[in-house]
This record gives sequence, C-alpha cells and structure tokens, in this order.
Amino acid sequence: MELPLKFTPLRCLEFNDSESSFHQLLSNRFPSHFASKGLTNQTPTLDGGQIVSPLLVPHGTTVLALRFLDGVIVAGDRRATEGYSIAERRIEKVHAVDETSVIAIAGAAGPCMEMVRLLRVELEHYEKLEGLKLSMEGKASKLAAMIKGNLPMAMQGLVVMPIFAGYDVKRQSCRIYKYDVAGGQYEEAEYYAIGSGGKDARGSMKKIFKKDLPREEAITVAIEALYDAAEADVATGGPDLIRGIFPTVKVITKEGVSSLSDDELRTRLNQLIARSQQGG
Amino acid sequence: MPLPYYVSPEQMMQDKAEYAKKGIAKGRSIAAMEYNEGVVLVADNPSSLNKISEVYDRIAFAGAGRYSEFENLRKAGIRHADMKGFLYSRDDVNAKSLVNAYSQALGTVFSQEIKPLEVEILVVAVGMDDDPNEIYRVSFDGSIFDEKGFTVIGGKSESVLAKLKSRYVTTPSASSLAEVVVSCVAAMGEVTGQKLNTEGLEVAILSRSAKGRVFRRLPQSELSQYLNPSNPA
Repeated sequence: MELPLKFTPLRCLEFNDSESSFHQLLSNRFPSHFASKGLTNQTPTLDGGQIVSPLLVPHGTTVLALRFLDGVIVAGDRRATEGYSIAERRIEKVHAVDETSVIAIAGAAGPCMEMVRLLRVELEHYEKLEGLKLSMEGKASKLAAMIKGNLPMAMQGLVVMPIFAGYDVKRQSCRIYKYDVAGGQYEEAEYYAIGSGGKDARGSMKKIFKKDLPREEAITVAIEALYDAAEADVATGGPDLIRGIFPTVKVITKEGVSSLSDDELRTRLNQLIARSQQGG
Repeated sequence: MPLPYYVSPEQMMQDKAEYAKKGIAKGRSIAAMEYNEGVVLVADNPSSLNKISEVYDRIAFAGAGRYSEFENLRKAGIRHADMKGFLYSRDDVNAKSLVNAYSQALGTVFSQEIKPLEVEILVVAVGMDDDPNEIYRVSFDGSIFDEKGFTVIGGKSESVLAKLKSRYVTTPSASSLAEVVVSCVAAMGEVTGQKLNTEGLEVAILSRSAKGRVFRRLPQSELSQYLNPSNPA
C-alpha cells in the first residue's frame, strides 16, 4: 500500500485540504477504505425487529449507559456471536475515546472496532490541527456523520449501533447519545441500552433506575441489567466466574474515565448471585 | 521575440537562499534542548498563534519564519503521522520518515518555485526505553541537520546557539527541566537585548517517562516557578 504522504508543494499548500477531519481525509485519499457497494447480493432480513445479516460475521451484543449523580456509567457484556455460535468470549465493546468520553458499540464486530479506532483518531486529529478540543456536541455529531456514512454497509447487515457518552465541559454535566442506523442522533436523559439484549436490559433498568443515584448503586443497576439481559437473550454473555470474564464497566465523571477492576466486578457479581439465591 | 534573460543556476539558488534566510532571520528564535526527562521546546513568542505543536504520541514540531507557510507544513505533518498511525500502527510513526517528507517538500519548493519557503522547522522526538531522543532541524532548502543535545532555529539563531554553547550548557541531558528552560530563556534574552517574561514565551515538553501522548504545554504558573523561583506567583 502506498502511503498517502504527498508533500508536493501543491498538496501541502492546497487550501481545500485544510479541513480538520481525519475521516474526510481518509475517504479522499483512500476511497476504497469505505467501499461497501456490491458486498453481497443478498439483503438482510428482519427477524423480530432485529436486522439479520446475510453475512456470517461476529456480532457484539448488549451495551448500556445510565446517568447517575456525578456522571455516566457505560457497560457492556463480553460476548460476540456468529449466527448461533459464540465467536468471542472476551470482546471489549466499551472503549474510552479520549479522556472524557466513551463509546459502547453493538453490531457487526469488525466495522464496530473500526469505527471506534476512527473516532479516536478523528478527535485527536482535530485537537492537534485546531489546537482545541471538540465540544461534546461536536464529537457526537461527528459520530453521527460516520454512522450515516456506514449506511450502505448497514443495508447489507453490517450494522454499527453505538451509544456515546461523555462529560460536557461547557455544560458541566455528563450526556448520553444514542443513534439509529441512518445516523439519527438522539440525546438520552436517563438511561439506554442497545443490542440484541438491549430491550431486556432496558426493561430491567426501567424497574430499578432512579434519578441521581450515587455511584455504587448506579454500578449495581448496570450490572444487574446486563445480568438480566444475559438471562433472557442467548447472544448476551453472562459473567463467567470460572474463566474470570466479567462485563466491562466504565465510569465517566468530571475527573475523566475510569474502569472497574476485575476484582471489584467479581465481588459485586458474587453479591448479586448470593442475593438471587436467597430469592431477593 | 526578445530572448529571456539568462540567469545562471548558481546565481538563482544563491538569490533564493538569501531571500529565504532574510525572511527567517526577521522573526524570533525557538530553541530545543534535551533535559534529564525528555526534550523541551522554548519559543520567544508573545503572540497567541502557536509556533510549537504536537504531531504524534512522542513527536513535536516547531516552525520559525513565515507563519502561514510553517502552519501548512505543521498540518501536513499531522496528517502524515495520523494517516500512517491509522493504516499501520501507532508504533510505526517515527520522526525520521516525517523529517524526510518535510525535506522533500521544502527541497522541491526551493528548486522548482520562484519563491522559496521562508521557514525553518524542528522535528523533535523522545525515545522509548533506552532509545535516544531525536532533534532534527530542516532548513528552507530541505537540508536536514541531525542535532545532538540542543539547537536553535529562527531569528538570530546562530548567536543564540553560540551563547548556549559557550555559557550555559555543560551536558544538557543531565540538567533538570528548570535549568534548561532558564538557560534557553537567558540566551535568547541576551541576544535580543531584553528580558523575556513568561507571557512572551511558549514552552512545551515531550516527557520520556509519560505514556501515550507525551506532549505538554507548560502553563504560565509553572514557567514563572522556573524563571522566578524567589517570588512564587
């Protein structure tokens, strides 16, 4: 592959090349990177509201986000499925994008990971070129444009469904955004979950979510919602105490993004299991 | 049809070089120097437009001369680095290939365009683990200078360099950040004949021990701690 660097005088002095978007730069220089037309002749089918891909590729399942007193919790299970088989037990679907924002993705694993990587570079690229960080709203809109660009792929079943959450420095509060396949962007005031087990997780959170919960209780809500989703949805992975695989839980506050350690998650899950054994 | 005037290539290059040098010398200086924990870049820059910038995880850029020209080079460098890091891996982005690209660009403009670029640039990188730091200076005609320890670009760069060499520097890589910043500021101040205050300085570091993106601008408060240790702000 030839490197894009053409430092010819015209190239580096070209005025219309001065956009600050890496996504734009990549699609200008490597249009093939985004080639998606004619991928398959088949079209995806709808099965109970879920888009079923004609391509058998790994799919990530349930992710969620909820607001609490000091910020947002973003969590996801660790399973990726390929049709009826488990493709991956330890996949990470919740990723920090920069110091103050997190993306959680459900959908076709490959395009999902690619989008996370692209968004990370996109934000960093903008910051370096402009000397300023993008606003929270700006980051969310950029992601919406990227999802919209993925629409041809989504039409073939390679859907990318993210939840984007982060700390808005201007408003001094945390925000959650959800998206549809066409790039529609919606802000969520309380909680949201997406993916094959998303509906179950939402149902679970609906019962136990309260506004302005303290951190500890909010983490419990997230873990319980994922646990419920894993019980009801075959594609969502429950905690695997034998192999030591636990859901990913990230906490965003004014101070930045932090992750819960496996030890902490193990303790919490053991408590949860003990509670459910007592029937409570 | 009148014949075009003949100008010998030597004469043409000399004229261009003189023109570029004059443009660069009009501005103010920027120094780069190693210290025990990395590399510091110090620019005599009272304006809010930056001369020093982050390029990649462990690479920084500084430009002297005509702002619009080095700003374009800076952006092209960031695009190059981000693209390479995205297509390959973050570890594959290195200062050497960036410097080569800059050299090509400057060299091409110098030999082919009527007006050369009136810029001199610095590409600085800190190594991982035991790898040494790198300080490269690229001049208006695309020549690359691989500098050891410290260097100066822009303004009266040779005088500043001479001052640094003779008076302030023993072994920069063994000095603390504060000592190195004080040396650079003093050398620049002596050459321009005025004491530089913290508001007129742009200072940034690449720190070896940090992880990920290691570029950091020093805030005014930290600078005045180094420059006026007796009266803390």
